[in-house]
Amino acid sequence: MDPENNQVSNPEIDNLIEKNYEYGFTTDIESETIAPGLNEDVIRLISKKKDEPQFLLDWRLKAFRHWSKLKEPEWGHLNIDKINYQNISYFSAPKLENAPKSLDDVDPKLLETYEKLGIPLHERAKLAGVAVDAVFDSVSVATTFKKKLLEAGVIFSSFSEAVKDHPELIKKYLGKVVPYRDNYFAALNAAVFTDGSFVYIPKGVRCPMELSTYFRINEANTGQFERTLIVADEGSHVSYLEGCTAPMRDENQLHAAVVELVALDDAEIKYSTVQNWYPGDEDGKGGIYNFVTKRGDCRGKNSKISWTQIETGSSVTWKYPSCLLRGDNSIGEFYSIALSNHHQQADTGTKMIHLGKNTKSKIISKGISAKKAQNTYRGLVTIAKNADHSRNYTQCDSLLIGDKCGAHTFPSIGVNNSSSILEHEATTSKISDDQLFYCMQRGINEEDAIGLIISGFCKEVLNELPMEFAVEARALLQVNLEGAVG
Amino acid sequence: MSTKKTLLSIENLDASIGDKNIIKNLNLTIHYGETHAIMGPNGSGKSTLAKALAGHPDCEITKGSIKYKDIDLLTLPVEERSNEGLFLGFQYPIEIPGLSNSVFLKAAINAKNKHQELKDVSATDFIKELKENADMMGINQSFLSRGVNEGYSGGEKKRNEILQMLMLKPTLSVLDETDSGLDIDSMKIVSKGINSMLGANTSSIVITHYERLLKYIKPDVVHVFHNGTIIKSGDHMLARELEEKGYEWLTNE
Ligand SMILES: Nc1ncnc2c1ncn2[C@@H]1O[C@H](COP(=O)(O)OP(=O)(O)OP(=O)(O)O)[C@@H](O)[C@H]1O
Ligand SMILES: [Mg+2]
Repeated sequence: MDPENNQVSNPEIDNLIEKNYEYGFTTDIESETIAPGLNEDVIRLISKKKDEPQFLLDWRLKAFRHWSKLKEPEWGHLNIDKINYQNISYFSAPKLENAPKSLDDVDPKLLETYEKLGIPLHERAKLAGVAVDAVFDSVSVATTFKKKLLEAGVIFSSFSEAVKDHPELIKKYLGKVVPYRDNYFAALNAAVFTDGSFVYIPKGVRCPMELSTYFRINEANTGQFERTLIVADEGSHVSYLEGCTAPMRDENQLHAAVVELVALDDAEIKYSTVQNWYPGDEDGKGGIYNFVTKRGDCRGKNSKISWTQIETGSSVTWKYPSCLLRGDNSIGEFYSIALSNHHQQADTGTKMIHLGKNTKSKIISKGISAKKAQNTYRGLVTIAKNADHSRNYTQCDSLLIGDKCGAHTFPSIGVNNSSSILEHEATTSKISDDQLFYCMQRGINEEDAIGLIISGFCKEVLNELPMEFAVEARALLQVNLEGAVG
Repeated sequence: MSTKKTLLSIENLDASIGDKNIIKNLNLTIHYGETHAIMGPNGSGKSTLAKALAGHPDCEITKGSIKYKDIDLLTLPVEERSNEGLFLGFQYPIEIPGLSNSVFLKAAINAKNKHQELKDVSATDFIKELKENADMMGINQSFLSRGVNEGYSGGEKKRNEILQMLMLKPTLSVLDETDSGLDIDSMKIVSKGINSMLGANTSSIVITHYERLLKYIKPDVVHVFHNGTIIKSGDHMLARELEEKGYEWLTNE
């Protein structure tokens, strides 16, 4: 069942929320962590801690009140434990006391993984959580690039900074693409989000670099309720990359991020994600629940938004990066690789909503399942009555490794315009013993052979990634499939 | 011949696939520098022998031994046999969609280099050599970035096998019907490729149904395979005789 259509209130949760908070609400403003639990006071406190303008607090409270009335989604193809929202602490500063002092203190197994992924040396310390001041290289790199961005007029900052420095932009665009009413997790995120990123590309500017390839390691600890907003003004262009191939652990089990993109006339946004949150152990225990709402608004004519995602982590992934094709001639793209191993469950896909004339969308989805994993593609393409001559091309390929895993595809379409054309192709295949033998007869060991075959299967998506990242992503797929065969 | 060094020696070999015993008490010795042709009716076990040499998991060795370069070949995993210089040209080359030919070949060469404790091949050396060999095999540059054997015609697949062989420079190449499905020009090209490989330190086993190929590649020995074993060996005149008379005169004896 589609969780986004689930707006009925749940008396159980209503009760819970109306009940006086049993653990007592005692944390004061100076403390680094708010005691677990969620009510309006918690939200006021978050907003106060972040020194937010009134409009933002009001918006959070509206979102919270709305969320309180919603029923938790029921999961069609996902099998997950019930989440107790009152057990979560909604504000906590990063804990540093346990951080390793240098790379020598880091688990050698983790370093080995970095090696396999080909992560540059100077980034490893930071990734492994070595205390910040022990790291020098990356900081200076970041400063140089910040200067370059400034010269181009690009705003790229944390969400909190943007709220302070550019409240007018935040007010204008926040929640316009993903309203808090959108779904359960979007409402929750709007109520309690603590930070994230903000990008604004001015008219006619081509962002001089991939955003966040150089910054990715500075972005750790943005919290479990992250919010990203990217606005590309007329004729501008930006490529944004979030995430990291390095395995990410987090004490927080639930992650519910929201990403909003806005592309005005002739603007283009390319948004790439590599998600490698901790997937849980081999029995599926302890992994992260990743419930993300991502949506791009091709608001202007000739605008383009392209999503590329490599999803390999998390025990449960639920995300549908979507495009609202409002401007005439606008283009939406979705390139996805979702790999699930062991007990991982990935339910992902996209929605392409064609509203403008001559709008085009393209969906390339590659699902890989191994061991007992389940992989679901869920897609929706709708073509509105006035979206003359619109086109969609959808290709869904599934690759199964072993015979205990599963792949499911649920494409749905709604066409209300007779001049539009939709094409859909789907395949399911396996890595055959013959392919493995062929590679191994050429001297390639089994693990590398699987990696090569997978990278072939995912070629169209990997090609969309920035070059240096594609190499890491390829390695990532292979590392995550270690021991998947046999 | 007796002074020559032995590269491969198969003794009293039995091999089965599933429950079916296919190779039966096979004996075969190949010295460095020799080319052996194996002919024989369909289903006689020629490809099974190739699989047994390469270590295909379906093929179980139930009796006998195979020595290769003085190593007990049967103890080596598939990829190590390859890295030790054993190359199998497949009767039916496998397609790997999306994986570009050149990426695949580079991975294979680097695997071999690693095995020999050598550095990875440099991109420029690799590309130069790949181009030269592709030219010799009449393989268009565009094929190098296409998926491994993906959508190749039968003949293109076979030429691609030889291209891989040229790049990997094996000590022993086992070519399973590399000539079938080739047009006349391709046959010449493929033969040229094979001949360019042959030398004092390399050997090959050429499995074929046609004497034609043996006009281009002069085998030192021709073997007739029947019912999983060699029933007759001779020089290349034997191949001509087979071409004229078929196998019946041998199999009915
Ligand atoms: N996987 C298998 N399962 C069962 N039988 C098999 C299998 N592979 C091969 N065989 C059988 O083993 C026998 C030998 O097959 P093989 O492929 O070695 O013959 P061949 O001499 O190469 O024939 P051809 O000239 O047609 O290529 C055949 O009877 C074949 O059906
Ligand atoms: Mg055969």
